Amino acid sequence: MQTGNQDTPFNKEFNKRLKRRYNAERRFKRLGLLAIFIALGFLAFLLSTVISNGYSAFRQTFIQLDIFFEKSYFPNEDLARADYQTIIKSTLREQFPEVTSRQDKQLLYSLVSNGAAFKLMNMVVKNPKLINTRQLVWVPANDDIDMLMKDKIDMSQPESDRRIKDKVFSWVETLASNGRITMKFNTTFFTSGDSREPELAGILGAAKGSFYTLLITLLLSFPIGVAAAIYLEEFAPDNRASAFIEVNINNLAAVPSIIFGLLGLAIFINFWGIPRSTPLVGGLVLTLMTLPTIIIASRASLKSVPPSIREAALGIGASKIQTVFHHVLPLAMPGMLTGTIIGMAQALGETAPLLMIGMVAFIVDIPGSITDPSAVLPVQIYLWADSPERAFTEKTSAAILVLLAFLVVMNAAAVLLRKKFEIKW
Amino acid sequence: MSHLAETIQAPIQTTPAHDSSVKTSTDLHGKVGKTIGTPFVDDPRMTCRDVDVFYGEAQAINKVGIDVGCNEVLAMIGPSGCGKSTFLRCLNRMNDTVASCRVEGEITLDGVDIYHPDIDVVPLRARVGMVFQKPNPFPKSIYDNIAYGPRIHGLTGTKGELDEIVEISLKKAGLWEEVKDRLAEPGTGLSGGQQQRLCIARAIAVGPEVILMDEPCSALDPIATAKVEELIAELRTQYSIVIVTHAMQQAARVSQRTAYFHLGSLVEVGSTKQIFTNPRHHLTEDYITGRFG
Repeated sequence: MQTGNQDTPFNKEFNKRLKRRYNAERRFKRLGLLAIFIALGFLAFLLSTVISNGYSAFRQTFIQLDIFFEKSYFPNEDLARADYQTIIKSTLREQFPEVTSRQDKQLLYSLVSNGAAFKLMNMVVKNPKLINTRQLVWVPANDDIDMLMKDKIDMSQPESDRRIKDKVFSWVETLASNGRITMKFNTTFFTSGDSREPELAGILGAAKGSFYTLLITLLLSFPIGVAAAIYLEEFAPDNRASAFIEVNINNLAAVPSIIFGLLGLAIFINFWGIPRSTPLVGGLVLTLMTLPTIIIASRASLKSVPPSIREAALGIGASKIQTVFHHVLPLAMPGMLTGTIIGMAQALGETAPLLMIGMVAFIVDIPGSITDPSAVLPVQIYLWADSPERAFTEKTSAAILVLLAFLVVMNAAAVLLRKKFEIKW
Repeated sequence: MSHLAETIQAPIQTTPAHDSSVKTSTDLHGKVGKTIGTPFVDDPRMTCRDVDVFYGEAQAINKVGIDVGCNEVLAMIGPSGCGKSTFLRCLNRMNDTVASCRVEGEITLDGVDIYHPDIDVVPLRARVGMVFQKPNPFPKSIYDNIAYGPRIHGLTGTKGELDEIVEISLKKAGLWEEVKDRLAEPGTGLSGGQQQRLCIARAIAVGPEVILMDEPCSALDPIATAKVEELIAELRTQYSIVIVTHAMQQAARVSQRTAYFHLGSLVEVGSTKQIFTNPRHHLTEDYITGRFG
């Protein structure tokens, strides 16, 4: 290197400036890293909270009852109408003969869930031969017992402040010492609809509701959105009307979602008479909400297709529509899919507009079609978070986990689709 | 056809054909006056009369009249922004895609006005093919690049015929030997020069009469350029070729006639030899001697 240029501007001053430039670069990099770490930290905190609160909901407490299906309990042909509650009660009295007072009996009965009767009913209806036999049956415990088993009830508090009285605690201990109480995987959570009883409440109704709703949204908003984008980008004349439409679409993307709910209520339910609380009407409302997102993303991805491809196609005599559908659309498809998935993810998490169209109703049945009343996942989370029972807290977190799983599956599907459509050369 | 050319030619061609003393004095930034030289030929494939092109209010082309002969290469040269590309794109109505663009005057192909309302641009563009500045093969296989045009125009009934068209087109473009074993590979995987020849083959595949080339070699290296130029010379026997170029040597090498554009006007047209050895307009002379442009 040259050494004799101490006085030239390329030495002292220049090096000082150079150093400052590199310092600025380093500072910017560090700030960026810091921002990313902060974001990751919050995400980790959120996920760990949800998981630590929610994982226990996937296990549930069951109590083993030694049930004798006595013939006298089934007076008539219709086995479903027998009084199973009484069978459980007498079984419990049998198992705890020392309980005599009326008040204590009520406490004793509350050990098992109301759902236990349904379980017995299903067993007997399915297999009538059980009548007049003795069976060991695992029935779900009440949610308070479940909470006790999951160490979520502080037994050091004074008895009057606790949901679990000392007597109940001693019975549970007895059951535990006999091996008659245990924790099992909570299949109920994944196979049933909502319930007032936390131990019987499941996510399947809401999950299916969300699935149907999103299906409607996707089937409507993707073709309409893409078609609208293609028309606006490729065919619409460049005039005031087009500009007006464009501005309005951009504005619609920013309209609070609850407005779309009101619109749905006024038009789809009150005017068209579509039944409320159904995935059909939910899907229609979410379609309105998702359309601007899809249109804007699709137009951007159409714009990004190099004009040389259009010229090439037009230059050998392809018509406008052939140019668009044979050449431009395949290249724009990955971007359109990305936009669609963003819109769908938004729709999946949307609560406000669905409140307006009755999807906030308490619905126990699992929807079988798009016209059955149903809940959706975010509304289910909202409903459970609002419930006073301690056991719904973990259900809420578990439902959030299911919602996140839904999102992950959707995004994975989108990535796979995009890979498939992406032209690799 | 020649009688048609003569009748149209008569009232417009006012400049004496061989008066080499005419060095029309014009202001560089003002109007350029009448075209001098020989813009019209006896047996034209395409004729252009009084063509004006406007982008909105701005006039890009001013009263251009020129013929494209059969089996000739017509080179269009001129400084940047002189309107030669704009004019070229009028010949197959590619300017239709520009909303603000308006074309006036008459352009005919085989005696038929291509701007007539009854004319469909889709078959027109099959008859007047185009090769662009940057090679723009479709992101599809080599085979599909060539086969796309014949397919959409329904030129073939069977797979065998299509294969034949692909082979003939690639042979004409001098690309067959290089790609015959990898027709299923992407066209975008070829080198720049090969891609440009693929684009030429693509244009040939639909059986055009005229091929327009908009600076076809400006993105290529000298060896690829030489190959394309060689190809242009061969194609001349079957097609009329109009080529816009910035490289004056290229115009001199490949063309029979040369047109010099300046600020939207056609300044001078003549045989390539005459334009490069004995330009009659001082603007042409200034340009080809490198005084500006």
